[in-house]
Amino acid sequence: MRRLEGRGRVDRSAPLRFVFDGREYTGLRGDTLASALLANGVDVIGPSVYRGRPRGIGAAGPEDPGALVQVQRGGGSEPMLRATEVELFDGLLAVGLAGRGRLDPTPDRALYDKVYAHCDVLVVGAGPAGLAAADVAAATGARVIMVESGREPGGDLLDGPRAIDGFPALDWVQAVAARLTAAPEVRVLCRATAIGVYDAGYVLIAERRTDHLDEEPPPGVSRERLWHVRAGRVVLATGALERPVAVAGNDRPGVMLAGATRSYVERWGVAPGSRAVVFTCGDSGYDAAESLADAGISVAAVVDPRPQSGLPSVPEGAEHMAGHMVSAAAGQARVTAAELTSGRVIPCDLLAVSGGWSPAVHLFSQAGGSVRWDAGVGGFIPDRAPALVIAVGSCAGTHALDGCLAEGVAGGAAAAEAAGFVVEPGPAPRSPRRAEARAQLVWSVPPPPGRGWDEHFLDAQRDATVADLRRAVDAGLKSPEHVKRFTTIGTASDQGKTAGVVALGVLAELLETDIAALGPTTFRPPYTPVSFGLLAGRDRGELSDPVRMTAIHPWHIEHGAMFEDVGQWKRPWYYPRDGEEMDAAVLRECRAARGGVAVMDASTLGKIDVQGPDAALFLNRMYTGDFSKLGVGRCKYGLLCHTDGMVFDDGVTMRLAPDRFLVTTTTGNAAAVLDWFEEWLQTEWPDLRVSCTSVTEQWATVAVVGPRSRAVVAALAPGLAVDNEDFPFMAIRPAEVAGVTARVCRVSFSGELAFEVNVPSWHGLALWEAVMAAGAEHAITPYGTETMHVLRAEKGYVIVGQDTDGTVTPQDLGLEWMVAGAKGDFVGRRSHARADNLREDRKQLVGLLPDDRADRLPEGAQLVLEPGADVPVPMAGFVTSSYDSAALGRTFALALLEGGRRRHGATVHVALPDRTVAATVVDPVLFDPEGRRRDG
Amino acid sequence: MLLVPCPWCGPRDETEFHYGGQAHIPYPSDPDSLDDRAWGEYLFVRDNPKGPFRERWCHSAGCRQWFNVLRDTASHQVLAGYKIGEAGP
Repeated sequence: MRRLEGRGRVDRSAPLRFVFDGREYTGLRGDTLASALLANGVDVIGPSVYRGRPRGIGAAGPEDPGALVQVQRGGGSEPMLRATEVELFDGLLAVGLAGRGRLDPTPDRALYDKVYAHCDVLVVGAGPAGLAAADVAAATGARVIMVESGREPGGDLLDGPRAIDGFPALDWVQAVAARLTAAPEVRVLCRATAIGVYDAGYVLIAERRTDHLDEEPPPGVSRERLWHVRAGRVVLATGALERPVAVAGNDRPGVMLAGATRSYVERWGVAPGSRAVVFTCGDSGYDAAESLADAGISVAAVVDPRPQSGLPSVPEGAEHMAGHMVSAAAGQARVTAAELTSGRVIPCDLLAVSGGWSPAVHLFSQAGGSVRWDAGVGGFIPDRAPALVIAVGSCAGTHALDGCLAEGVAGGAAAAEAAGFVVEPGPAPRSPRRAEARAQLVWSVPPPPGRGWDEHFLDAQRDATVADLRRAVDAGLKSPEHVKRFTTIGTASDQGKTAGVVALGVLAELLETDIAALGPTTFRPPYTPVSFGLLAGRDRGELSDPVRMTAIHPWHIEHGAMFEDVGQWKRPWYYPRDGEEMDAAVLRECRAARGGVAVMDASTLGKIDVQGPDAALFLNRMYTGDFSKLGVGRCKYGLLCHTDGMVFDDGVTMRLAPDRFLVTTTTGNAAAVLDWFEEWLQTEWPDLRVSCTSVTEQWATVAVVGPRSRAVVAALAPGLAVDNEDFPFMAIRPAEVAGVTARVCRVSFSGELAFEVNVPSWHGLALWEAVMAAGAEHAITPYGTETMHVLRAEKGYVIVGQDTDGTVTPQDLGLEWMVAGAKGDFVGRRSHARADNLREDRKQLVGLLPDDRADRLPEGAQLVLEPGADVPVPMAGFVTSSYDSAALGRTFALALLEGGRRRHGATVHVALPDRTVAATVVDPVLFDPEGRRRDG
Repeated sequence: MLLVPCPWCGPRDETEFHYGGQAHIPYPSDPDSLDDRAWGEYLFVRDNPKGPFRERWCHSAGCRQWFNVLRDTASHQVLAGYKIGEAGP
């Protein structure tokens, strides 16, 4: 292994220093880590994952299963990169991995961006077929994007001297690339891999922008970009992947795909060995033999299972062993000889293997195309194409260069035409044809006498061999999908790019069936591994989800509130006073609300303005209650059900005018309720003259709660009559509150006398501060969601989504009084009469009092009726809410319990991991059942 | 990523929409005339064809309008989009 003089597309004037596994080496600009290591005589990368066998560089592209490395970069490191894909830069630091890596826990400081783009024709792959396609499509004026995973266009034209139109092929590549780069509507993306093709021409492309640079990129430059491209037509020129052959010891360093040996010689000017044996089942191995010999590498033999006649010639000095096969790669840490089926042993340090070529149909198949086995090609080729996708060149099973160019031209023209552009007919670039003999399919070669199949590697990254596959078949597995999962072949980070088809061939032999009858396992994106950082883009940390805050939020922050996330809202959870624990804070806040005055920011409640002549009729059809009789200036609690009769949301609705209502929803459900309204208005009742507008963020709501709330509101709103007669429960009054025009409502979610003051959001903070100031003499106490939960639970008020789960009717909650029988039909009504919803043993809302007054039950705990019953013990219900109550002087819970209403007074048992707790079933309204407190 | 034809806004990415199940299942004009079985069918039973299927979509991150789509469930090809109340192709 050494650098070859005068070969390769590397810059010899630019030596680059790098460190691998702690040792310093020098490579060249244009190297990959793999080529640089080979040039330095290093071909063992690390031990394999399970068996600890030495593994090296077996390929030259993303298909390599063996050469896994972790690369240090920008203060962190990235595991599970393939040395064959890592471009060398000055100062690169890498270590070889033992089959698996470890994510670096240090935060990734790199930027990742997303780009959304449209084009008429997207060409994937810039080999001969892709370049020809892009060239033709671009000439029509179509918007073209061409993506190439390598650092430059050319594909396998970079792998050896070929001629196009009588000139060196690379001249043609340069000319086409120059034309494309100059065209205003064309974009060429190199170092960019199309990782997935989806419906309707949607393609994801991972573009690597900075990893090949010596220096850290300037601030603001993203390391990678994820392109979301919607293309009119997609031309897939993804080429083909060479296959290995399963022979004993084929995982040893020094065993390499034949095409890769050629790439190392021609692209990187590296001799991957000094004495080679080429084992090929088709003609392409002869090209490799020629490149190796031409570069001065001794080719000891070309071994070919086919009979001699019609085969290409071998380089001078090489033995041509037609009709023979290699049965083992002999050696210890690396290959030292090729053992033939004849028993002959040929010493070598490089075994170049070609088992044929598999068209890279991954993207074609992902997009929904079907593939079929083609015996002539010796691979699965595209069959029925998905909409908008055209496969050309080696991807379509065409190996000859001339054919690839012609198909590229035809595919590019067809794509542009289909996208509405006019193609000027012209001659396709031509390349001399040469006769090619059909390849022989060889999947595995029997081991030398006395040896088994456990060194015939199919998936080197998973350490899976033919022996594993035979075990799967012996176990009775026949489906390739089952065998894949049983053996794990094809499930590693390379997704079986080299293993898949070979394993299928071996499976077909073992099952004594045709490979055509089996078909490949499903191809899934991404084609090559991508980082989560790339998928996340800028949607990380604070930007991962919007945060919604009320107008009063700054006050909550300033006063040390602990916050709870409710949907996207930040809501004060409780307000601890110096060193207070949560439980103590909540008990204190509850006592203030029941004994004096307390205040809560209720601005997050969803608010929908419902207007129109048919607004009352509409709400009557949506809610269980009757809104037609609701007077202007009054409000009403309502339940919303789905068509199946289950409670979906609840809230208070105000009637502001004969044709105008303000509906409030639960905080988390505001968008869903508006959507629900719109769905019915648009799809079922387009005749109703109603419009709905979200006004959640337009209003700030401050709930002043407790026996002293009247005094506080009276002080703030001198013009407002606050006594019970003038301002009764469930009434709405316009008023000046703290100098702001407000809407005041007598609603209560705590059972206490309460006033909800609504002002435009702009004035929310000022109102809150005024309330705090006016309440100071009454020791007004701010409270959060936890106290709100306790106060409402003491009154048996449910929280939709906590005490209900989409399987609970109003009747189950004991709220049949909320269901208006006479007003006509409403959504969910018919379902309330379904036999299943009338069962008496349905789970119903109850209160629970644990026998131990201090025992707070965990929410979600299961209830059983007979604790000693045989397992499985039937579950009779579960705890939905559970708190310690200052007002009750004990703990209590709400629960859904089978036939719960009939069980008041009975004992149930709460099954907990460490104990069983007895509790008494009671009515869910535990505090002030007569409702005497709400009027103060 | 489907390209969904909103009859109001034109073709847009699937992520702008949400799906609303089978189209042309009207709310029964007289629910009480249906027995439990027939009502249950209205609530829960939907077609599940392999091939063209009429379904409802809502342009929830756009114009917020509901509309109908004719889509091939096997090929994912969207064959048409049409407004609520229209018969469609």
